[in-house]
Amino acid sequence: MPKLKMMKALNEAVNEEMARDEKVCIFGEDIGAYGGVWGLSVGLQKKYGLRRVFDTPLAESAIIGTAVGAAMAGMRPIAELQYIDFVTECMDPLVNQGSKLRFMSGGQIKVPMTIVAPCGAGTSEAAHHSNSLEAWFLNAPGLKVVMPSTISDFKGLLKSSIRDDNPVIFMWHKVLYDLEEEVPEGEWIVPLGKAAIRREGTDITLVTYSLMARRSQTAAAMVADTISVEVIDLRTLNPLDLEAINASVRKTGRLLVVHESPTRCGVGADIVKQVVDSEFERLKVAPKVLGGADLPIPFSKPLENACIPQVEDIVREIKSMVGAATEVHARP
Amino acid sequence: MDPDGPLMLKMYARMQRIRHFELKLLEIFAARMKAGDFPGALHTYDGQEAVAVGICSALRDEDYVFSTHRGHGHALAKGVDLNKAMAELNGRATGVSRGFGGSMHLYDPGHGFMGTTGIVGGGLPLCLGTAYAAWAQGNDRVTVCFFGDGGQSQGSFHESLNMAAIMKLPVIYVCENNFYAATTHVSVNCPIENVADRSKAYGIPGVVVDGNDVLAVREAAVSAIDRATKGLGPTLIECKTYRHRPHCMIIPEHRPRKELTSWKERDPILVFSQKLLDLGMATQSDLQAMENQEKELLEEAVTFMRESPLPESSALEGSLWAPSAAGL
Repeated sequence: MPKLKMMKALNEAVNEEMARDEKVCIFGEDIGAYGGVWGLSVGLQKKYGLRRVFDTPLAESAIIGTAVGAAMAGMRPIAELQYIDFVTECMDPLVNQGSKLRFMSGGQIKVPMTIVAPCGAGTSEAAHHSNSLEAWFLNAPGLKVVMPSTISDFKGLLKSSIRDDNPVIFMWHKVLYDLEEEVPEGEWIVPLGKAAIRREGTDITLVTYSLMARRSQTAAAMVADTISVEVIDLRTLNPLDLEAINASVRKTGRLLVVHESPTRCGVGADIVKQVVDSEFERLKVAPKVLGGADLPIPFSKPLENACIPQVEDIVREIKSMVGAATEVHARP
Repeated sequence: MDPDGPLMLKMYARMQRIRHFELKLLEIFAARMKAGDFPGALHTYDGQEAVAVGICSALRDEDYVFSTHRGHGHALAKGVDLNKAMAELNGRATGVSRGFGGSMHLYDPGHGFMGTTGIVGGGLPLCLGTAYAAWAQGNDRVTVCFFGDGGQSQGSFHESLNMAAIMKLPVIYVCENNFYAATTHVSVNCPIENVADRSKAYGIPGVVVDGNDVLAVREAAVSAIDRATKGLGPTLIECKTYRHRPHCMIIPEHRPRKELTSWKERDPILVFSQKLLDLGMATQSDLQAMENQEKELLEEAVTFMRESPLPESSALEGSLWAPSAAGL
């Protein structure tokens, strides 16, 4: 199997979808002639022309508005936001319009658009270039949210996102930019809404995604001598594969959610609520969330690292949750 | 150049349809409020009919229109079904948005009506998309984006005109300057006399039109459409007009009485009636007959609405997501 770096995988996904469906188009800042500052659209303007691959002015509201409007007119647009942090500039066309149009119109209109953007902290880009924001999107009904952690998932899930007839926000973690992994050749699709079990285990269910999915696997390997950790990489946050989580919790009786975004009202809080709703009886110990600090992301390295979960933090949480001392109830 | 006779009469009838629709809604909503049944927001268009009808009379079914929160006139002018509009405004399952939208979320993409909106200036980013799609797909559909003297203050106004001008997108921007954004006079929203003059910043034509003269509005629309379809880019049309009522039902009148009276003397329906009479296109009784016909159609719409059910809450099932193709 060929090995691809992340942006090559995403570029291939866009290219394949554009070849397959003439309604697919891509635009954003630096997307046209240059091929995107990240490389998302390299080679595409030359291949597909100006009408399908073009540069926009520096105006996120206009960019996303164009995407929503083009989708309303039957196209299948992909818009890049250069950093997901800039989404604040386009929340109106994205949330008040895009996410709600199908609903408000009684089903007459659909919005098959995909927004691609980098997210995440760890590159010293500080408060305006380090956010993840998935919690905002999950709390606005009508947006699908995809955050892969492996190169094959980046490719397969972007293809699915483009084919989906709903607005999808596809976020890739910038720390994973240089990752290089095998991707199956040929037509490779990964369905939305299905989690991946990265590591099977019996003592604790660790639910995670994006960069934290990789750190969690490292942490799980480190404690493998004494603790059997099941690591579930959600890949898609909305729709959520709740059944995969519940099935695992029924097996292990312990739930730890690990994510980078601020803890308060984050994805972890929501997953704990959903699992407690149905699997409370199976829980041996209180479910926990290891999330990011409830702070903006600071610049200096020690400050930045202190704000997002590190491998040691995940190891510590796993150990604190698994052990006779923490058992609240003795369950068969 | 004036449109032909039959079209002018159609335009007149449509203006009457809008006028009476708004008056009827005011009546229905007032009755519901009195009965303790809060019916929702109502921003009536009476007084501005020449703008909606003047612009939309020059459009085809497949051309796109983005409307505002004060959009019933745009909807009816664009060909949205009268029954379905009346039903939607009263939350019926037979409404054009099946009761999911109401006054500020009326959609009829089958007639190119891409929605009223509760967000001031909300159509400005979106109109770029339908215009781009027309260019990308190689068809000659144009996009009209309505907004007001309040909307032109929004950042999205700048972003939209900027991008449309750069890309020469087939957009017709129509600013309905009725001099007030809710209760705020336009002088607090615009530092210059004419909104149309903002066009200079984008290198596009800007034209000020008497928004109470339906033929003048239409002429400006025809010219802008021609420009757009030739690939020459967008135009900004500012229609100076005036609404007969306050911003919405729950805000009392506060505008200077003399100002209101003088604009009402130039009621667009009166202006056009006189024009039709002067041109010999219709007699007084022809005009009356057309108005009566619209009132009859409106009564039928009210009956249709009253006989329609409210939606069941089960209608919420499947209301959010478009279905996924297999394997996704």
